[in-house]
Amino acid sequence: MKRRTVLTAALAAPFVRKAAAQTNPTRAETLILVQEYGPNSMDMQGIGAAQPVNGVSLNCYDTLIRFKRVPFADGIMTHDLKDYEPGLAKTWQVASDGMSCTFKLRDDAQFHSKRPVTAKDVKWSMDRAVSIGGFATTQMAAGSLEKPEQFVAVDDKTFRIDFVRRDKLTMPDMGVTIPFVFDSETAIANSGGDPWAKDYLKNNVAGSGAFKVESWKPGTETIYTRNDDWKCGPLPKLRRVIARDIPSPSTRRALIERGDADMSYGLPPKDFKDLADGGKIRVAAVPVPNAIWYVALNSANPPFNDVRLRQAVAWAIPYEKIMSAALFGRGVPMYGGPETNTGTAWPFPFRYNYNIEKAKALVAAATGGAGISTTLVFDAGSATIAEPMGVLVQESLAQIGIKVELNKIPGANFRGELNKKTAPMVINRFGGWLDWPDYFFFWNYHGKNSIFNVASYQNKDMDKLIDGARFAPDTATYDAQVKAFLQMGMDEVPMIPICQPFHDVAMQKYMSGYTYWPCREPDFRFLVKNA
Amino acid sequence: MRAVLFRLAGAIPTLCGVVLVTFLLTRVLPGDTATYFAGPTASAESIAQIKASLGLDLPLPVQFWRYIVALGHGDLGMSLTTGQPVRTEIVNRLPASAELTLCALILAIGIAVPLGVLAAVRQGSIVDHICRVVATAGVSLPVFFTGLLLVYVFYFLLGWMPAPLGRLDAFATPPPGKTGFFLIDTLLAGDTETFRAALSQIVLPACTLALFALAPIARITRASMLAVLGSEFVRTARASGLSGPTVVLTYALRNALLPVVTVLGMVFSFLLGANVLVEKVFAWPGIGSYAVEALIASDYAPVQGFVLTMAILYVLLNLGIDLLNRAIDPRARRSA
Repeated sequence: MKRRTVLTAALAAPFVRKAAAQTNPTRAETLILVQEYGPNSMDMQGIGAAQPVNGVSLNCYDTLIRFKRVPFADGIMTHDLKDYEPGLAKTWQVASDGMSCTFKLRDDAQFHSKRPVTAKDVKWSMDRAVSIGGFATTQMAAGSLEKPEQFVAVDDKTFRIDFVRRDKLTMPDMGVTIPFVFDSETAIANSGGDPWAKDYLKNNVAGSGAFKVESWKPGTETIYTRNDDWKCGPLPKLRRVIARDIPSPSTRRALIERGDADMSYGLPPKDFKDLADGGKIRVAAVPVPNAIWYVALNSANPPFNDVRLRQAVAWAIPYEKIMSAALFGRGVPMYGGPETNTGTAWPFPFRYNYNIEKAKALVAAATGGAGISTTLVFDAGSATIAEPMGVLVQESLAQIGIKVELNKIPGANFRGELNKKTAPMVINRFGGWLDWPDYFFFWNYHGKNSIFNVASYQNKDMDKLIDGARFAPDTATYDAQVKAFLQMGMDEVPMIPICQPFHDVAMQKYMSGYTYWPCREPDFRFLVKNA
Repeated sequence: MRAVLFRLAGAIPTLCGVVLVTFLLTRVLPGDTATYFAGPTASAESIAQIKASLGLDLPLPVQFWRYIVALGHGDLGMSLTTGQPVRTEIVNRLPASAELTLCALILAIGIAVPLGVLAAVRQGSIVDHICRVVATAGVSLPVFFTGLLLVYVFYFLLGWMPAPLGRLDAFATPPPGKTGFFLIDTLLAGDTETFRAALSQIVLPACTLALFALAPIARITRASMLAVLGSEFVRTARASGLSGPTVVLTYALRNALLPVVTVLGMVFSFLLGANVLVEKVFAWPGIGSYAVEALIASDYAPVQGFVLTMAILYVLLNLGIDLLNRAIDPRARRSA
């Protein structure tokens, strides 16, 4: 295949050189992106797909609907989870009983294979997402999309979802990077008997999206080329994207500063601060919605099953120092707020601040002066931020008689450690794609005790409030429940929020059209290189 | 020839041992592959599902048997981190590491051997001191530091060197070719432009590695030369009125080379696996960084594949060194 292409090119070259020179993407139409690591699969629904695979889903596949892009600041765009624009569906209508939604597909949309997109493909893709297991199925379930019977191909161009319950997260869940549409015929033809064509789709793109994958060398480089027949939006200005995997952050920074890369993903916060202060590079900073860096205290086991001790720790965290020495200011502080919570916004600044006297008093009341020894656990993969944070916490807690031992755990073991539910203190970061406080609290505070409930916090009253908000019949009830559980979260502090992190991306000044999506991966469709 | 076959047969127990030990070691490592790859929102069922699909729920002997059977078919398993068969990855990445290491080694030999010889001949002179300083610096400066320093000076500040983007800059196309050594493939294809591009990319990482490899080679050359220069046949040669260069190069150096060649073999195999940090700094798609990434993720198959490949290479390399030694030293030929 490859040899044939080369051969044809070589034979044709003398005759078409002039034409080829006009049609090859110019450097202004080519984006050079450097990132720590690239996709490990082409299939975001597949088991074990890493974070960058979201980018493949975003750029090479289409969803029925997309979140509406809204301006954020400084030419950066973000999105509105409650407002949608057409993707593969040109129109959609929620039934009057609120228990189903009917999508009309675009007539002209076609896959990279030139096959028209049909409702049958949509059905196959949705069935796959809810059946394949792993992250995809969990994410679909978050929007009450649970079983294949919910998806109906009414006719060639009409597709319907029957809801199992009224869930405000169903429509937003249709816009994330999981329910995208495969070319089911191509996939099945190459599946080798596997009903979900897992191996084929892991290594091949079979979609309708704005970009095709021209070459993919895992761990080295991914090259995308524009799909000139894309119908679900304005034709992208970029025609070719070269995404290189550059493991060393220092090298990634050097490349962007020297102008050899157009965009650099995933630098340490100090580098983003330097670049932002330097002024030569644009740093697009969006506070990650529904995300915090936090210190979790195991509320199921001693010593932190005593709420006074949890509050003591919350008063003893050196917040300011952490913000400047660990996060270099790349986040929104989540401390020093008012005594009572009045809003429904999340995350919001808890009332705690650095106040060692209050902390000492609480510890004295709880322990009567006996010292405490405990362990603080964090992921080695995020050690750039978590390690200095841990050291500062350790130093500060020593003053109130809590002796902390730091335990850095390699990435592969970290989740296993969280699953054990025994770590007394954990520094971690959580972000939910769907930006609703009840969604965050369901994963992190609910008695269902998911892996993200790092504090193993279990409280029937809390569960009642969270469940009440998740399926609240009206806004007034919803708001009341949310306010109540936010207040309870602040009083009980199983998690001590430190800050809402920025999602930083460094890019050259001539770049425009950057859009922040829940999956945080770069969207090449709207990026423009004005060089 | 018989000796070669005999040596190869002797390596088989070693390789069997390596297969067994790597298999057990990767299983003993803490870390739960299934939990790691189940993703952030994994439920207990989905973790169990992944365990079953990877065969991790089977008893160890069964897992080992499956591994051996697959190995017999030349199948090293699948990497979970990159999602590709391990064999393809190693075949693709080994040439990158080998090319870099060879370039570094040639560079290091080119500098270290003359430096060592001069240091031995002019013992205590300025050259000797330079040799000592270079050797000490080469060993004591960590490679990632020298690498970053070179990038900072020659790429970032001076702009003399191309962006450290890996084996080729983003706009160049890799040469079609079979060896996987870009420097050779481009020349075979007659593509001098890409050859220059590949060459300019390899200069900095090769220098970084060479600096590290300099020390053992220079020191061993110097020590070995000193021993030989003090021996009786050199005195005889001098007394016979042979010129200085003839004595040093023809008589002394040839005899001093034996330990140097042995050390070269060790340095080469050591560099091949240990240049992880250089590969990271220069985004070099080599085998070392591949293995380390896999290790961090508790991804068994690549780690096993890597260790096995390195073991095979080591065996072959030792064989090569032995043969080279025989060519250099007639005594080695006779004693076998």
